[in-house]
Amino acid sequence: MYKVRQWSVSNARRLEWLYRTFEPMLVWLHPLFNGVGYGRMEKPVRVVEKAVKSFMFDCQMCGKCALSSTGMSCPMNCPKSIRNGPCGGVRENGMCEVKPEMRCVWVEAWRGSQQMRDDQAIHQVQIPVDNLLKGSSSWLRVVREHVDARDGASS
Amino acid sequence: MIAPWDGSPGAPLPEKEGHVSRGRLERVLRSGKFAVTAELAPPDSALAEDVYERARVFDGWVDGMNATDGSGAHCHMSSVAMCALLTNVGYSPVLQISCRDKNRIAIQGDVLGAAAMGVSNVLCLSGDGVQVGDHPEAKPVFDLDSMSLLEMIRIMRDESRFLSGRKITSPPQLFLGAAENPGAPPVDFRPYRLAKKIAAGAQFIQTQYVYDVEQLREFMARSRDLGLLEQCFILPGVGPLASARTALWIRNNVPGVFIPDAVIKRLEGAEDPKREGRRLCVELIQQIREIEGVSGVHIMAYRQEEFVAEIVEQSGVLEGRVPWYPGCEKKSEPAVGSA
Repeated sequence: MYKVRQWSVSNARRLEWLYRTFEPMLVWLHPLFNGVGYGRMEKPVRVVEKAVKSFMFDCQMCGKCALSSTGMSCPMNCPKSIRNGPCGGVRENGMCEVKPEMRCVWVEAWRGSQQMRDDQAIHQVQIPVDNLLKGSSSWLRVVREHVDARDGASS
Repeated sequence: MIAPWDGSPGAPLPEKEGHVSRGRLERVLRSGKFAVTAELAPPDSALAEDVYERARVFDGWVDGMNATDGSGAHCHMSSVAMCALLTNVGYSPVLQISCRDKNRIAIQGDVLGAAAMGVSNVLCLSGDGVQVGDHPEAKPVFDLDSMSLLEMIRIMRDESRFLSGRKITSPPQLFLGAAENPGAPPVDFRPYRLAKKIAAGAQFIQTQYVYDVEQLREFMARSRDLGLLEQCFILPGVGPLASARTALWIRNNVPGVFIPDAVIKRLEGAEDPKREGRRLCVELIQQIREIEGVSGVHIMAYRQEEFVAEIVEQSGVLEGRVPWYPGCEKKSEPAVGSA
């Protein structure tokens, strides 16, 4: 929802804090995910993730969530799916060139990122979307990456 | 292996220390000369001669011409094909690649093919949305964006591999460019975005039309403070406006082009608006040239291409230098009077 999406950007700092609290909780649940099997966990987690993130960010379930680098403004709502925006066509009033009734998601991204504790993440070049991940849970992927990195570091 | 230079106009120039490409544009820029590039409008035809005819009007006045890739999301002859025709006779085109119509598989293939045909310069763009073009019902691809496109071609060139990791036996030698729009919101972020493009691989920048010199000056000053000006060549975009009406239409209908009221007033008051538009363009070039860190200009004279020579001459930026063009060696004297 457009209004909620804008609220999320306005509250990027709070949401950043929320996510930072939420992520370790997810990682803590790793033994459970592992016990049940990540394959079997995929569907229920995906359903919850999609419901929450669609409501808050108009999430498109690209599978590689960039919200923490884009001021809580989902880049997949850009009509050109630009992951490293904004493009040069932004209107003088900050609206999208393709959809004049929508604020440019990257103007929003810059606004959101400026409030966040990690205000440098927006300066990193994002690699292209992996289309194989489309529709899958980004949360479970984050947990697995986190655990892999931890296990890799300790071994 | 890339064929050694055989002296023919279409062959790439000999390799040069510290250069990534074998093209003329990189040589001119690295030698510190003020470079001029121009936008070449692609024909809506299947005739090679139409491309040559359009290119010839720039002879002796530009160091490179940009072959646009379905600009404005309109259908035209493809940029790869135009570049193939142009390099055949020795021109130094800038191949524009937009992410709108092709995915990463198609683009990587085009990059290899273009380089094999002697293309030395690429401008990486995200591209206009399909909605503004003549086929709004088309499927927008946007598998990559301008930034990941830059990075992909840099990887192909410097690491001799495709994005997939598969090896490229002979990598493309390309001078990599990108676009920027100093005037588009969020203006604060623009210099940082330039930094991102440089990190992704951009070596030269051609900007959107600049009509507000003050805004460009601000952008350049901030880019200098970030240490970006030593890392890339910046060629601000300019172009003649045909009338106040055209200017107003562009301002209202072409997102990303910002034309101050003063410019429109000046055209309104002119006896011969078309001539005034050209004069304004010459003045813009002269003002832009004085800004620290500007390495050249990119002239986009849409439907006024025949006036590019006059504009460059009157601006005096080439200081008598005559950029190479096919057949220039045969003439004992420069083909055109120097400014």
